[in-house]
Amino acid sequence: MLTVSKYVFLDLLKNRSILVYTLVLAVLSFTLLGLDGNSAKGLLSLLNITLLFVPVITTLFSAIYFFNSLEFIELLLSQPVKRTGILLSEYAGMALSLSAAFVAGVGVPLMILLPVGASFVLILCGVMLTFVFTSIGLLIFVLSRDKTRGIGAAIIVSLFFTLLFDGLMMAFIFAFSEYPIDKAVVAMIGLNPVDLARILMLLQLDVAVLMGYSGALFKEFLGSSSGSIFAVGCMLIWIVAPLLLALRIFKKKDL
Amino acid sequence: MTSIRTILLFLLLVPAGLSAAVIRTGPGSLLQHALDRAQPGDTILVAPGLYKQHEIVVRTPVTIIGENYPVFDGENKYQILIVSADKVNIQGITVQNTGRSSMVDMAGIRLQNVSRVTVSNCRVLNTTYGVYLQGSRFCVIENNEIRSSATDELQAGNGVHAWKSDSLLIRNNKISGHRDGIYFEFVTGSAIIGNISTNNVRYGLHFMFSHNDGYSRNIFRHNGAGVAVMYSKKVVMTGNTFGEHWGDASYGILLKDISDSRIEHNNFAHNTIGIFMEGSNRIHVLRNTFNANGWAMRVQASCEGNTIETNNFTENSFDVATNGTLMLNTWRDNYWDKYEGYDLNRDGTGDVPYHPVSVYSILSERIPSTMILYRSFLTNIIDQAEKIMPSIIPDQLRDDSPKTKKWKL
Repeated sequence: MLTVSKYVFLDLLKNRSILVYTLVLAVLSFTLLGLDGNSAKGLLSLLNITLLFVPVITTLFSAIYFFNSLEFIELLLSQPVKRTGILLSEYAGMALSLSAAFVAGVGVPLMILLPVGASFVLILCGVMLTFVFTSIGLLIFVLSRDKTRGIGAAIIVSLFFTLLFDGLMMAFIFAFSEYPIDKAVVAMIGLNPVDLARILMLLQLDVAVLMGYSGALFKEFLGSSSGSIFAVGCMLIWIVAPLLLALRIFKKKDL
Repeated sequence: MTSIRTILLFLLLVPAGLSAAVIRTGPGSLLQHALDRAQPGDTILVAPGLYKQHEIVVRTPVTIIGENYPVFDGENKYQILIVSADKVNIQGITVQNTGRSSMVDMAGIRLQNVSRVTVSNCRVLNTTYGVYLQGSRFCVIENNEIRSSATDELQAGNGVHAWKSDSLLIRNNKISGHRDGIYFEFVTGSAIIGNISTNNVRYGLHFMFSHNDGYSRNIFRHNGAGVAVMYSKKVVMTGNTFGEHWGDASYGILLKDISDSRIEHNNFAHNTIGIFMEGSNRIHVLRNTFNANGWAMRVQASCEGNTIETNNFTENSFDVATNGTLMLNTWRDNYWDKYEGYDLNRDGTGDVPYHPVSVYSILSERIPSTMILYRSFLTNIIDQAEKIMPSIIPDQLRDDSPKTKKWKL
């Protein structure tokens, strides 16, 4: 199992797309952080890039890569190894190499130019998002019948989480603004890993605004450590749940 | 050291009043007796020690000098020192533990209808009201340490409380843990300079109906709100530092019904709201630094004729918020770090106006819950779209000549 993971990991490190992904992230990070002396602004721009790039690229790339290695997986299945083992090691190799790309592209510039607590949180958010969306990519892979549909689903899902979900949430908040919806809103945030990462990061940066004005619940919940714990917990569920679901489906899937 | 200082003081005082005597008193005798015997112009030297004496009334113009901070203790029941004569000078004593009462404002040192009284280098600890001035004129309160540990507004009093007074100078005091650090009500022509007011339950400095006053080079930190200026005219605020005022109703400066005032060269950092203006007219806000606040300024639609110019706005979550579309104030020549315009002729002034109110700050104003979507991709798009085609944000609230370089302040 470890051998397969290692093979996938090394294969991906040599992959041209991953290299380009790393390079683009690195160039963006260096320019954004180095452009002006305003560190908070640079960090915020980097957060926006993380929240947009990581979900889309991770989901798309992992889904495509899994489809491409379908024959390799079939070959492995002819050997006396467990199906779950193969899928897990594929997942581990994929998530680790994408995380490595993110850490090299965003983490290293951050550590060089801006070694503060918020930077660590940003790196942590990026890595967790990578794991979450690799899980989702894997789920899309096991659910879809062919590559084209898989890629389509990956695009839709990643756009849903980065853009559409917030729009729906905004509509929900507008529609029910007369009612006490604070709790529901916090619960809804748990349904979107991208928002969770954003909140986790905002707690490091814009505590002033969040605490100051937007209702007692936000202040109590998001202003305290329980808010961060909630966000991290939800993210972990977002990693584990799609992965387990994918494993269950893959066990019974007719390849 | 103390004896040398005493001798020096003595030498200084002798030429001033050749007839004046020096009276010594210690913990064994009552200070009140010494005061009653004193002639105008006498000096009373108070030896170190603990004096459980209270309601001491100063009726003659004398100088009271404490040697090595003698302690006057009110045993949590009484007031301590009441000055009812002009030209009294109090130096270097410790006053502590006044009582708390809802009938009387219990004060550590009370100045009652006097003029030319000086309170300096004293320690006022754990009192309801530290120094209480009523109907007094030309008084100086300087270099005192006024400390308490109030927890709620109703029980507590103010560090320096001035009521119906005129021409006061409050300078270089350290005030903490009261309801309001310094409280002015019907006080005119006074100056508050170089004080440090921290950790007060309500305001660091509170003005009510006090005209023609000024405060400068003070530091306000960790108070309920930094300074509240209410129902006053012609207040000058320069060179102060406002920091770390966090919370639901926290401000650097709260201006309510103020007119013809000036706010210059102040530094606002890490406040929920830097300046909150309501019903305020003709205020000149210039050359201030707003850094890393939740909202740098909140200007309600009830404000008119204010000029906000040559300030630096950096790293604030929101630059300006307002509650309506009407805007009768002038914004010009400010530096905004969020400005994204261009400067073709390179004269340092941006060629397109800057709208400091972001659409998101308006949305979150109407529906606070939308705050949860703050800085998400969607709201960035809305903000950008609004910048190109303003429809929700108040179009009149704009800086027509935003600077492209930060002011050196």
